[in-house]
Amino acid sequence: MIDAAERYLRGEMDEQEIAMFEELRKTNPEIDQFVVEHHLFVEEIERYGDLKRFKANMYDVHHSLKETGEIGDVKPKEKGMLVHMWDRYRKVIAVAASIAGLTALLISGLVMMFSPKAPISDIEELKKKVNNLEVSTKSQANVLNDVKKKIEPGTPISFGGTSFLIDGKGYLLTSSHVVSDASQVFVQNNKGQDFRAEIIYNDVKRDLAILKINDQDFKPLINLPYGIRKSASELAEPIFTLGYPKDEIVYGEGYLSAMTGFKGDTMSSQITISANPGNSGGPVLNKNGEVIGMLNARQRTAEGVVFAVKSQHIFRTIDELKRLDSIQNIKMSTSSSIRGMERTQQVKKIEECIYMVKVVMK
Amino acid sequence: MSNYLQESVLLKGLANNDKEAVETIYKDNYNLVQQLVINNNGTEDDARDIFQEALIILYQKAKSDSFELNCQIKTYVYSVSRRLWLKRLQYNKRFETPVDNFSEMVSVEEDLSVHEKMDRQYSIMRGAMGKIGEPCKSLLEAFYVHHKNMQEIASFFGYTNADNAKNQKYKCLMRLKKLFFAQYKNGN
Repeated sequence: MIDAAERYLRGEMDEQEIAMFEELRKTNPEIDQFVVEHHLFVEEIERYGDLKRFKANMYDVHHSLKETGEIGDVKPKEKGMLVHMWDRYRKVIAVAASIAGLTALLISGLVMMFSPKAPISDIEELKKKVNNLEVSTKSQANVLNDVKKKIEPGTPISFGGTSFLIDGKGYLLTSSHVVSDASQVFVQNNKGQDFRAEIIYNDVKRDLAILKINDQDFKPLINLPYGIRKSASELAEPIFTLGYPKDEIVYGEGYLSAMTGFKGDTMSSQITISANPGNSGGPVLNKNGEVIGMLNARQRTAEGVVFAVKSQHIFRTIDELKRLDSIQNIKMSTSSSIRGMERTQQVKKIEECIYMVKVVMK
Repeated sequence: MSNYLQESVLLKGLANNDKEAVETIYKDNYNLVQQLVINNNGTEDDARDIFQEALIILYQKAKSDSFELNCQIKTYVYSVSRRLWLKRLQYNKRFETPVDNFSEMVSVEEDLSVHEKMDRQYSIMRGAMGKIGEPCKSLLEAFYVHHKNMQEIASFFGYTNADNAKNQKYKCLMRLKKLFFAQYKNGN
């Protein structure tokens, strides 16, 4: 049947056959339906084939033209156009800007009124006080690794936390409260090597800070093993974290227990995990190795209740940062290359990107 | 006039999937589109996607029997690209009107909605092709995409003769058809 239909549609039948077939179609509605359907289908599959060929051709052309440099050379934004637009719409822009300004003031006032007051005593920020004696254990580690000491002996390290790379070029994310009041910041990797770092952005409101390693000894990484998750996470999702509550990296496991943070704060989420001072600034990862947040505080009045800044706010902060235009080249990957690996393997990859933060107070 | 002639030759070439025509259109138009996309929050990859989609729309238009283009290729490709990019921006919830410096523009809404429908059908077919498995997929693609005849297919896939290959092809086709219509009827 299908053979006949196909020959009919392709016009491969002779006149007599066509007449017979058409008679068959007229008398038998089922066959007619079949032919119509088959016609549509064949058209569809032929269009599919056709488009596929066209796409292949197009990719070829794109690739070869790109290689010869005949396309893809684009000048940056043309100023002339913008100036022209500015001249034309100056008045409109002025009105819009003043309206926007007033609205912004109003909204920020409202937000100030209704937002949860800064957690003062109920909540404990997980940075840790570092005793002077730890400096000596560190210097031991430094000798072992044959690393030239960057922190002069006797420098009073006063607070510590955790940070993790968000861009292999040396951009680290940590909690704002970890590096507040810092005069100098050092970060130490899991091998005990110290690097100088500077704070390039500090967002107290979201409790996020970005550090940049400024040190010749730092070798940039091309790819990070984990990605930063852009979409929201699921309740009860299993999570894990890595951090430096002590002088050595510590692994912890738990689950996402609420979608909001302290007193309903929508910027963070609540996780149940064991965390200690020093864990602040550590990444919170899901089983696929995607960063879903950054650990920042725990509730004093309850056991195991910890809060993490949601990853979406990490993106928002970076976006704001880019607008400030000092740093345009931060690129955060959203894909994780360690999906599906055993946890021990994942941790092995991730721990190289987790740094201890050591702060010298002002 | 010569310009007009040249364009119609180009479009004919495009309709035949002629490499040279595609290359010429690419050279004449790509940079303009890339500039538009990059100046409006896009990346080079976005620019490539958008331009290629616009080219597919032009290609399908050029192939249809009722084809007529009332403006220059450049104007058309730019207008389509601009609309596509605007849609993409809106989809990503970034409401901005692209800043551009190419003032000639034509309305392309109708062509875009035709294209969207075709694109849906294309992805249904691609999905069905992905599901039928080997050797069916390769066999059908050899016939419908690469336009090989039954004799070539038989020798390539190791069937004893063209009739055997044809039988196999029918079996595959029936399976594909079932998968295709299951989706197609759902979606429409």
